[in-house]
Amino acid sequence: MTTLATTAQSAPGAASMDLLRFAAVGSVDDGKSTLIGRLLHDTKQLFDDQLAAINAASERRGVGGVDLSFVTDGLRAEREQGITIDVAYRYAATPARKFIIADCPGHVQYTRNMATGASTADLALVVIDASQGLREQTRRHVCIAALLGVRQLVVTANKMDLTDWDTGAFARVEAEIRALARRLLVPACTVIPVSALHGDNVATRSAAAPWYDGPTVLEALEQAPAGGWAGANGAHEGSGARLPVQWILRQPGGGRTYAGMVNGGSLRNGDEVVIVPSGRRTRITSLSTPDGARTDAPVGLSVSIGLADDIDVSRGDLIAAADDVPEVATELDATVCWFAERPLEHGSRLRVKHTTRVTPGQVAAVTGRLDVNDLTVSATETLGENDIGTVRLSTAAPLAVDPYRRNRITGSFILIDPVTHATVAAGMVGLPHLAPDEDR
Amino acid sequence: MTSTLDRTDSDPAGSVAEAGTVEHLDLLEAHAVFVMREVAAECERPALLFSGGKDSAVLLRLAEKAFRPGRFPFPIVHIDTGHNFPEVLEFRDRRVAELGERLEVASVQAAIDAGLVADPGPGGSRNRLQTTALLEAIRGHRFDACIGGARRDEDKARAKERILSFRDTFGQWDPKRQRPELWQLYSGTVADGEHLRAFPLSDWTELDVWQYIARERIELPSIYYAHRRAVVERDGMLLAVSDWVRPTEGEAVTDQTVRFRTVGDATCTGAVRSTATTVEQIVAEVAASRVSERGATRADDRFSETAMEDRKREGYF
Repeated sequence: MTTLATTAQSAPGAASMDLLRFAAVGSVDDGKSTLIGRLLHDTKQLFDDQLAAINAASERRGVGGVDLSFVTDGLRAEREQGITIDVAYRYAATPARKFIIADCPGHVQYTRNMATGASTADLALVVIDASQGLREQTRRHVCIAALLGVRQLVVTANKMDLTDWDTGAFARVEAEIRALARRLLVPACTVIPVSALHGDNVATRSAAAPWYDGPTVLEALEQAPAGGWAGANGAHEGSGARLPVQWILRQPGGGRTYAGMVNGGSLRNGDEVVIVPSGRRTRITSLSTPDGARTDAPVGLSVSIGLADDIDVSRGDLIAAADDVPEVATELDATVCWFAERPLEHGSRLRVKHTTRVTPGQVAAVTGRLDVNDLTVSATETLGENDIGTVRLSTAAPLAVDPYRRNRITGSFILIDPVTHATVAAGMVGLPHLAPDEDR
Repeated sequence: MTSTLDRTDSDPAGSVAEAGTVEHLDLLEAHAVFVMREVAAECERPALLFSGGKDSAVLLRLAEKAFRPGRFPFPIVHIDTGHNFPEVLEFRDRRVAELGERLEVASVQAAIDAGLVADPGPGGSRNRLQTTALLEAIRGHRFDACIGGARRDEDKARAKERILSFRDTFGQWDPKRQRPELWQLYSGTVADGEHLRAFPLSDWTELDVWQYIARERIELPSIYYAHRRAVVERDGMLLAVSDWVRPTEGEAVTDQTVRFRTVGDATCTGAVRSTATTVEQIVAEVAASRVSERGATRADDRFSETAMEDRKREGYF
């Protein structure tokens, strides 16, 4: 098996380097599902029976040729309407690395599902119809992806065949998306002229665009830095080690160990730690995975740890590196994506799930709404369905939070409707970071 | 740069030892353990669904990893179609005894006897009837979460499903109204009568499962390994001859070397021709396969274009 040497390495404290999680985002009908289908088809990831089923479904629906969007659009309603309703997850492997692909829906109505797919992505594959240019929904998706912490974009100017491979059409898409990425402080942005329908510049280089000398989509995806959406590369700045306590294991002969998944940075046996929110200081005396004792626990592993002092530690508490302790707050400023039909407003009562703690919360104030077209935040009283805005939130129990930019685990929360139990918002601790608009 | 993976040229058995691959399995394991603990902590009355197949054998190992030295915080539930491979029942009872955990069996035969569903008759598949038995068990025990071994790579409808997947009071899955599922913030709350299905193996592929079985030396029912068996070929599938599968007019019974790639109701689970007798040989075979796991072996997915979606909507696994 040929494995590229550069992809087999893994940095200490980071999650697996050979796995890239990416989300395909962009407006409805710009060709996300067709691009993912084309990518999987051309890299021979489809089984014979799956391909036969797609051929048969295409023929039955009289789409003319093979409709590769059927690779991920697997629901009856999706195939009837030719749209994506919910995220499809696909798994692929090339000699370079493994991929987890989230093919997200483009409709504004299903923005909540797009956010679901993008929340665990290392990279966003942005699909834009080059014959149409950037739409509001493309901007919304890129905006949400950036707020969710996605730091790299691979942008396809798709349907280039419809423009007769016009360099002007490509240049317009490139200029618009680069301006948007700059405003959203997304540092990495590769733009590729593509025809997903015909496979140009997807897995193989196209002769149709001799003026383009950058990577194909596949090359860009294989070369992009991976490393775990929640790992060291997932955070903008990085935080100290944290372990939200998930479950308490009683050991034979007495004593307890505290189980959970490590984030932020590695924990080591002997480390000084602080229990948050109580503030009690102690030391790690044992550290183990289900397979036995270890000296350290890198980000992304489920471990259990024993502590030097017999102190009260419950599910929902956080064990943090003593030299970098998160803030303890019952009131916080946050950025939210609101998913419910009813508006979010001052006084709204909700349940907040943050790490492993669930606590009642209340909206102290809705402080702003982000306009995805001009990226300005304006004052507002309420947020409507699929709005992105800023709120001040009060919680019944204190939460141990980091700014989302420092840690995607301790900086994130969801809001749950106390009556329907539906998840109604994605929340990120801190206000959106935007660069000034240089064109104004 | 080589840009395609030719499955037949890869050497998957060799890749088990690669650092990257091992780390990938470690992360999959850590995430699955995380999901199980969240379900156990957030739900009042969870259960672990066990079919006797390879994925549920992996679930049992993950439950040990999540909760030992404690007891499992849920019973093990088997939805018994009554059309079982004897090797699978033997394996189930032995594993449960070894673990010292509680087994609940919900019987399709009992549902038939109670008049809840009609017996499809000898040879008829009881696959779809499992849904009734499962939903009865969920109601009877008031389970609010059922942990299952389904994976997103198995089927195009499953590819769409959340890790914690909501079911209404009728047990139905509505693919248009799934709860958002952000980051790893799994929400385990439901109203009375509703429940969740939890899928800790969502992001695992068939190959990941086999590599994990190899690494962990997980025991499986013997029918997963190549053996001689009397089979009939029906609708392009090799079905094991049993009390429920008899050759019909014109069907020839042949003795072949086969193994099972999935385990389900004996009337709709096909065998594949294989000489793989070790887990390493199976890993190599799976990696080189050009046919999907369910495509090769499951008649229940062949009823229509959206057979899995339709069954899931009714409350199937």
